[in-house]
Amino acid sequence: MSATMHMHGGIGESIKRKEDARFLRGKGNYIDDLTLPSMLHMAILRSPHAHARIKSVDTSAAGSMPGVIAVVTGELMAQHKLAWMPTLSYDTQAVLATDKVRFQGQEVAAVIAETKYQAEDARDAIVVDYEILPAVTSPEGAKAAGAPLIRDEKEGQKDNHIYHWESGDKAKTQAAFANAAKVVRLHTFYPRCHPAPLETCGCVADVNPATGKATIYMTSQAPHAIRTVFALVTGLPEQNIRVISPDIGGGFGNKVPVYPGYVVATAASLLIGRPVKWIEDRSENLISTGFARDYHMTGDLAVDANGKMTALRVHLDSDNGAFFSDAQPSKFKAGLFHIVTGSYDIPTAHITADGYYTNKAPGGVAYRCSFRVTEASYLIERLVTNAALELGLDQAEFRMNNFVKPEQFPYTSATGWIYDSGDYPKAMNVALEKLGYDELRKDVEARRKKGEVTGIGIASFTEVVGAGHGADFDILGLRMFDSAELRVHPTGKALLRMGTKSQGQGHETTFAQIVAEELGIPASDVAVEEGDTDTAPYGLGTYASRSTPVAGAATAMVSRKLRDKARMIAAHLLEAADEDLEWERGKFYVKGSPDRAKTIQEIAFAAYTNLPEGMEAGLEGVHYYDPPNMTYPFGTYAVVVDVDKGTGQVKVRRMVAVDDCGVRINPMIVEGQIHGGLTEGFGIAFMELITFDSEGNCIGSNFMDYLLPTAWETPKFEIGETVTPSPHHPLGAKGVGESATVGSPAAYVNAVIDALSPYGITNIDMPVTSDKVWAALRSKGVTE
Amino acid sequence: MKVTMRVNGGERTGDVEPRVLLADFLRTNLALTGTHIGCDTTSCGACTVLLDGEPVKSCTLLAVQVDGRDITTVEGLAQGGALSPVQVGFHEEHGLQCGFCTPGMMLVGTALLEQNPDPTEEQIRWAISGNICRCTGYMNIVKAIQHAANVKQAAASAPSPAAVAAGGGE
Amino acid sequence: MWGFLGGQAMFPAAFDYLAPTTLGEALDILAERGDDAKVMAGGQSLIPLLKLRFAQPALVLDIGRLPKLNVVSRHDGRLIIGALVRHVDVERDRTLADNAPIMAEAAHWIADPLVRNRGTLVGSVCHADPAGDWGAVMLALNAELVAKSKAGERVIAAAEFFKDPFTTALKPNEIVTEIRIPIPPGQAGGAYNKLERKVGDFATVAVAVQVEMNGRKVTRAGIGLTSVGPTNIKATEAEKALAGQELTDETIREAARLAASAADPKDDIRGSAAYKKDVVRVFVQRGLHTALGRAQEKRT
Repeated sequence: MSATMHMHGGIGESIKRKEDARFLRGKGNYIDDLTLPSMLHMAILRSPHAHARIKSVDTSAAGSMPGVIAVVTGELMAQHKLAWMPTLSYDTQAVLATDKVRFQGQEVAAVIAETKYQAEDARDAIVVDYEILPAVTSPEGAKAAGAPLIRDEKEGQKDNHIYHWESGDKAKTQAAFANAAKVVRLHTFYPRCHPAPLETCGCVADVNPATGKATIYMTSQAPHAIRTVFALVTGLPEQNIRVISPDIGGGFGNKVPVYPGYVVATAASLLIGRPVKWIEDRSENLISTGFARDYHMTGDLAVDANGKMTALRVHLDSDNGAFFSDAQPSKFKAGLFHIVTGSYDIPTAHITADGYYTNKAPGGVAYRCSFRVTEASYLIERLVTNAALELGLDQAEFRMNNFVKPEQFPYTSATGWIYDSGDYPKAMNVALEKLGYDELRKDVEARRKKGEVTGIGIASFTEVVGAGHGADFDILGLRMFDSAELRVHPTGKALLRMGTKSQGQGHETTFAQIVAEELGIPASDVAVEEGDTDTAPYGLGTYASRSTPVAGAATAMVSRKLRDKARMIAAHLLEAADEDLEWERGKFYVKGSPDRAKTIQEIAFAAYTNLPEGMEAGLEGVHYYDPPNMTYPFGTYAVVVDVDKGTGQVKVRRMVAVDDCGVRINPMIVEGQIHGGLTEGFGIAFMELITFDSEGNCIGSNFMDYLLPTAWETPKFEIGETVTPSPHHPLGAKGVGESATVGSPAAYVNAVIDALSPYGITNIDMPVTSDKVWAALRSKGVTE
Repeated sequence: MKVTMRVNGGERTGDVEPRVLLADFLRTNLALTGTHIGCDTTSCGACTVLLDGEPVKSCTLLAVQVDGRDITTVEGLAQGGALSPVQVGFHEEHGLQCGFCTPGMMLVGTALLEQNPDPTEEQIRWAISGNICRCTGYMNIVKAIQHAANVKQAAASAPSPAAVAAGGGE
Repeated sequence: MWGFLGGQAMFPAAFDYLAPTTLGEALDILAERGDDAKVMAGGQSLIPLLKLRFAQPALVLDIGRLPKLNVVSRHDGRLIIGALVRHVDVERDRTLADNAPIMAEAAHWIADPLVRNRGTLVGSVCHADPAGDWGAVMLALNAELVAKSKAGERVIAAAEFFKDPFTTALKPNEIVTEIRIPIPPGQAGGAYNKLERKVGDFATVAVAVQVEMNGRKVTRAGIGLTSVGPTNIKATEAEKALAGQELTDETIREAARLAASAADPKDDIRGSAAYKKDVVRVFVQRGLHTALGRAQEKRT
């Protein structure tokens, strides 16, 4: 028994995690751990070409190999009207290719066999005849005259353009630029990266031939939404579909979409009448499932003679791959990118965005990010540092002078966001103090005089998380509320179920703590369940830092509903009037007589045994929470780097991160989230990259090429906090899962650019690899 | 081929094709699913087990190669009902989030402390550098192993080893 | 480097497996089936290739159970490293630390700690990956490989061993049973500098440097290069330029220039050819300075 067990576990307590017990013993229940009787295994054949016409698929040899039950082709899927499926962005995506393959790694056929070895053996025996077509690998290529038409099957699609989207005030912004004392421009490419959770995606589809009920165990961050999409795609009645997300080995956005493998495995199980397991290998995960970013951005910042920012103009080209399947609120084609004015009081802004098809994997998921806020934050924070360097101003001071001021909240941004709360100078000051900024600046100057290449980078990000409010935020029409259902058992223990799904964030602990705070039942007595669509209330799932802002709020609200009922029961037990009772966490007592009290456990028992006349029995309820606004976590990150002139290697000497995510429910878990995000941000800034050669071959399709930081490269983090509660969230919490990935890449890169600025170097696109740094230094004549 | 090995202290046998990987043998034949698979290129360490006490990647070993040898998986760390010091450390220091890399990390930490009872942060970071974690940023994994080192040292100097059984778990 | 793996395979194609317990038995098997066989020691290079089905041998000959090959010894002015000596053994071995400290330095940077617990030095050299670290070190140290077959034994100089990427002077019926490294007389120092993108990555560039000194003069210099050509490269011109010279900033610079021009890298995801050549130059300079310091340290 740890000390934790004796703690109440209310808000603000760093109790140890309830979910650890099974993971520590190797008794987690991940998708690949599941074995069902008579289960078959599926292996998918994928296209080696980025763009090619399929002339024929010959499965005859494969079909007669040992252990093979079936070989599924696009043609077979087409017979069942399942060769194509809708995406989350109102496009269509091939399940198994019938006409063409449009990216390397696209699903072409699948083998179902008794063992996975046999499935792979037979896959090697499928013969596909391709006619190779020229490939498009960038928006520039997609726009070029005479570019091959990728989506030739789409009626009315004459080119590779997907969408044009605008936000802000064009005329006002133009006028502001006309009057600007200085305009600073940054063109930067936020490259394609991948969430790469350590567990790949997979499913076990089990369609019962007798009842027709499809139970699909699936690595899904959003099981309810997936069930609805499945019902729409397959035509199966929704009550006959049960999606169960077991323990998930990391998601980071990768496990939001519906992937062809899920559909094929389900169809195969339906056709064969046996359970079918499909587990991606790592390269399948990297080449075919939801990538992130791939944004080409040009930003202009107008500044007046006093160093005040006066306008922001951004154009971006989005590379969406072969199918537009971004997982994002339907009204926003470029996600929430228009939060791009960030932490600054910029009077006017105008954003234009164009999306393009390319012969690359589809996806466009938010890798630990709230729908493209990462790209926005990166652009503005890089632009602000570049502006400071170009104007000869201190990076921190320039930010301070342009921050939205604490007294301006709630603040309406130039693109219409209503920031709920913030105190940006405070977070900046905590960060600078932790860093010892003034001393460090002097130290940097001294080192530079000795010939060292060193610098400091700052980023003061503002996030926008917790979608939605449902009127503005929906996915395929499903409003982005979330839910909590709470049952208190007669003995005063409770079961909480939510529409979200933890992938490591510690929901079983954090959400129990909300009940502990609001209803007074110790966190250790509250079981939390998510992920089973037959038992949990409907919700849109866990991504975009929305669990605490939305489902967390729902949990608080349902706890309060139950507390209201508990008050009536307590009044009945104490023979007092409702309004004469006072609530103290865990009990009601009669005003002025603290010894006349009933604990929540006593009240729960009474709810099943001794109710007031006419009251419905039981103590349970459900709440669907539609947030009135997004929440806006923020913070300041600061990084110090040293650059090796001979090799171009960058070493992060220090990383200070000050986060304000409002009220922290479990500070230990919050800090863990920040550590993880800072590390993924470090990976994105310095090593993670999926790129393509001119033929569309994917480079970065395995962990030898797609580089993830180990403990050895990862910096040690110095963490700080400020607390500015959200005024509209019932607990004042804001969500924190993604802040560090959103805010940190710009801080890392700004540090490198600051280090290189004495040589006139103004940009290096991510990942900032040693060869790029060397080349930049070399171009300025710097060498060892 | 017939293979026999000691797994978590007990003799286990199986009949496998030579191409069957040790990770797969442990997961499929022995139902020890705590050993995970995260990549195909010997990069991630999710499949780490101890081979005669040393951490190795069981996805890059054939089951037939370890015939006659001694394997420890995550399921072998707890003794009786009591978590091992390293397991306690991971719980107390929040050294895990999604739990997928955790078995490998804990086994590496266990082997490290056998060899070096009081490792520095640098030594811990180096020792776990063959294992990838996507969630924790490694900060708390380092602390977890340091915590375990302290628990072990305290237990070694205390009159009764029962202290080890305290703390951790649900 | 690995290119497109998508859905290629996770599990090896079927193969026969033999794990003989005597060298004679192993050589008999190779005499018969050597053409279709792959010899496996630790398996850390071979098994990844089997899993991806890049290699599909009919037979895997596991030499892991052969006796007496897991030993480092000193004999007749040479260090002897048996075929089953693992990277981790090299890292920890006292004999090697005393006589060729560059070995432990290089071992430390190979792959990752878990792979080092299985992979062997000899296996890595025989795999002949141009991005392999040991090849460069063996070239710098003028090592020799002892190859045995049913027909007998032959000794191959490291400089004659690497023919092409993943191709060596070894015949299909031969097994390398040990590597011999001459122990330098008098003062000597070495250094292994490796640029890798992260732990576990192959080198972008690495350089092994060894100098043997008599007083202030270099009696022999060895320079081996990693990842900058179709094989590990011995920078012979640079070695010659140093022989008989004092190590000054000038001679070091010249050797570095010569070594860089011996490099023949390609542009790839790790960087341009020009970048890699320049890192060779930088690493030869740094390596020689370090090696000189270590040689002098040893004297005192």
